[in-house]
Amino acid sequence: MNIVPGAANVIEFTYLIATALFILSLKWMSSPVTARRGVRAGEVGMVLAIAGTLLSHDIVDYKWVAMALVLGSIIGVPLGMVHMTAVPQRTALSHAFGALCVTMVGTAEFYLRAPAVPRFMMAVLSLEVILGALTFTGSLMAAGKLQEVLPQRPITYKGQNIVNLSLLAVAVAVAVALVLHPEKMSLFPVIVGIPLVFGVLMIVPIGGADMPTVISLLNSYAGLSAAAMGFVLDSKLLIIAGALDGASGFILSVNMSKAMNRSFSNVLFGAFGQEQIIDASQAEARPVHSATAEEAAAILAAANKVVIVPGYGMAVAQAQHKVRELYDSLTKRGIDIKFGIHPVAGRMPGHMNVLLAEADIPYDKLLDMEVINGEFPQTDVALVIGANDVTNPAARNETGSPIYGMPILDVDKARTVMVIKRSMSPGFAGIDNPLYYLDRTLMLFGDAKAFVGDIVRELAGPHQ
Amino acid sequence: MIKLDLLTSLYVFMLAAFIGFEFIRRITPLLHTPLMSLTNALDAIAVVGAILLAGEHKNAFTTVLGVIAIVAATSNVVGGFLITDRMLRMFKASGTKKS
Repeated sequence: MNIVPGAANVIEFTYLIATALFILSLKWMSSPVTARRGVRAGEVGMVLAIAGTLLSHDIVDYKWVAMALVLGSIIGVPLGMVHMTAVPQRTALSHAFGALCVTMVGTAEFYLRAPAVPRFMMAVLSLEVILGALTFTGSLMAAGKLQEVLPQRPITYKGQNIVNLSLLAVAVAVAVALVLHPEKMSLFPVIVGIPLVFGVLMIVPIGGADMPTVISLLNSYAGLSAAAMGFVLDSKLLIIAGALDGASGFILSVNMSKAMNRSFSNVLFGAFGQEQIIDASQAEARPVHSATAEEAAAILAAANKVVIVPGYGMAVAQAQHKVRELYDSLTKRGIDIKFGIHPVAGRMPGHMNVLLAEADIPYDKLLDMEVINGEFPQTDVALVIGANDVTNPAARNETGSPIYGMPILDVDKARTVMVIKRSMSPGFAGIDNPLYYLDRTLMLFGDAKAFVGDIVRELAGPHQ
Repeated sequence: MIKLDLLTSLYVFMLAAFIGFEFIRRITPLLHTPLMSLTNALDAIAVVGAILLAGEHKNAFTTVLGVIAIVAATSNVVGGFLITDRMLRMFKASGTKKS
């Protein structure tokens, strides 16, 4: 065997540098100015760590490793080049891949070490494969729902949570049995198999609008399972990377659940199965004011300050580039125009920001809910594009409403509210939006992309 | 000896989690999507464990699992960094617009 002197030290040293670079990478992500440097740091750290590992004496066969690295890269490139609207499902898919890797390695490590596995080792190994396996199938399901290969609407049945939690309890009980008696190797497939089923069942009751929370939660699970793998392999680098990823997913889940006024335990147990009470009867009768693109353009042209509130409807209609044209047209007239972004707008944290940035809207015009809410009373026109529940004033003043207490964008405080919407159908929560019946609200019925395009044309009209 | 190693690992995990919480709390919601794809790519450092597993070639079963793990993790490394950078390239401040 070809022995490189001091290779073990070299490897450990590359891991140390990689760890430092990973931490710096996250630090630099805090601002859009330094964020790309953060990506570079992460890349360098990754290449160093992989190169260092390849030096290891333990590797006796490079053929399969090289083939797998090449194949993974071939799969990775198209996954890195997907269209921006497909980012949520791509992210879910990457959580699935990360979890798959962890589950595979965990399973292999068990069979390499069994039957003599120390208790603590068996405990983290169990945690690794349970979290890994449920994240794998759960993320695949989430990706399927986001890609609309699977139905987006939640599928619920009576006793669902009891069934799911009992399944998980069985898996945990078997894991405990394995910790006490690691020689009972035939039990191991159970702690991989049950979580695989649990992952599917966990996502079945979840609807599209809950995806930001679910993706964050799966992100956290993926990170924690990787950290557990780090304990098993005694790799500090992996423990740190997993802990950082787990912490990130955790913080995002908490943010998302706060933004939907859900308790955190509700999120942790994946109990998103909401009863959907749709009382459309009372919604039908009330009159609304509607307006044409021409009227909307005239009102916008007369405004000094406009706030646009985008939602998932904008993403579905692919309206972000038309919105950019509207932004340009209004900016040219000297109108102050900003965007108010609700934390759960879209299908993953930050979804709207990415779509609007793709359409070349400067990021300093994209404001968080807390910041923009102070500005609505001085706003002439609030233009809501494809958002519904996040603008529903019932969340603020109707104690009986299912979304009561959820923080919303206070668009109803603007002088005029315009809402682009296909029809009067209720949003995800299945509840009516009193915003639409206000005297100051104008409903602009139509497809978001087409309607914004019409407004832009009307604004350009008089100059021709 | 082994117990001491595990304890050290727990310390490392705890400290990393604290650092993670402190740094990530400061990240603007503007960048939450690229943050998620970046941490996902960093998390794919698990590929290191998979490389050792496949490379050690202890038996056919574990080698196959290792190869699947390398493919899955490598696709996250390549895809994750690629899309994070593509997203971040799009974020521009006012006045730095091109064309």
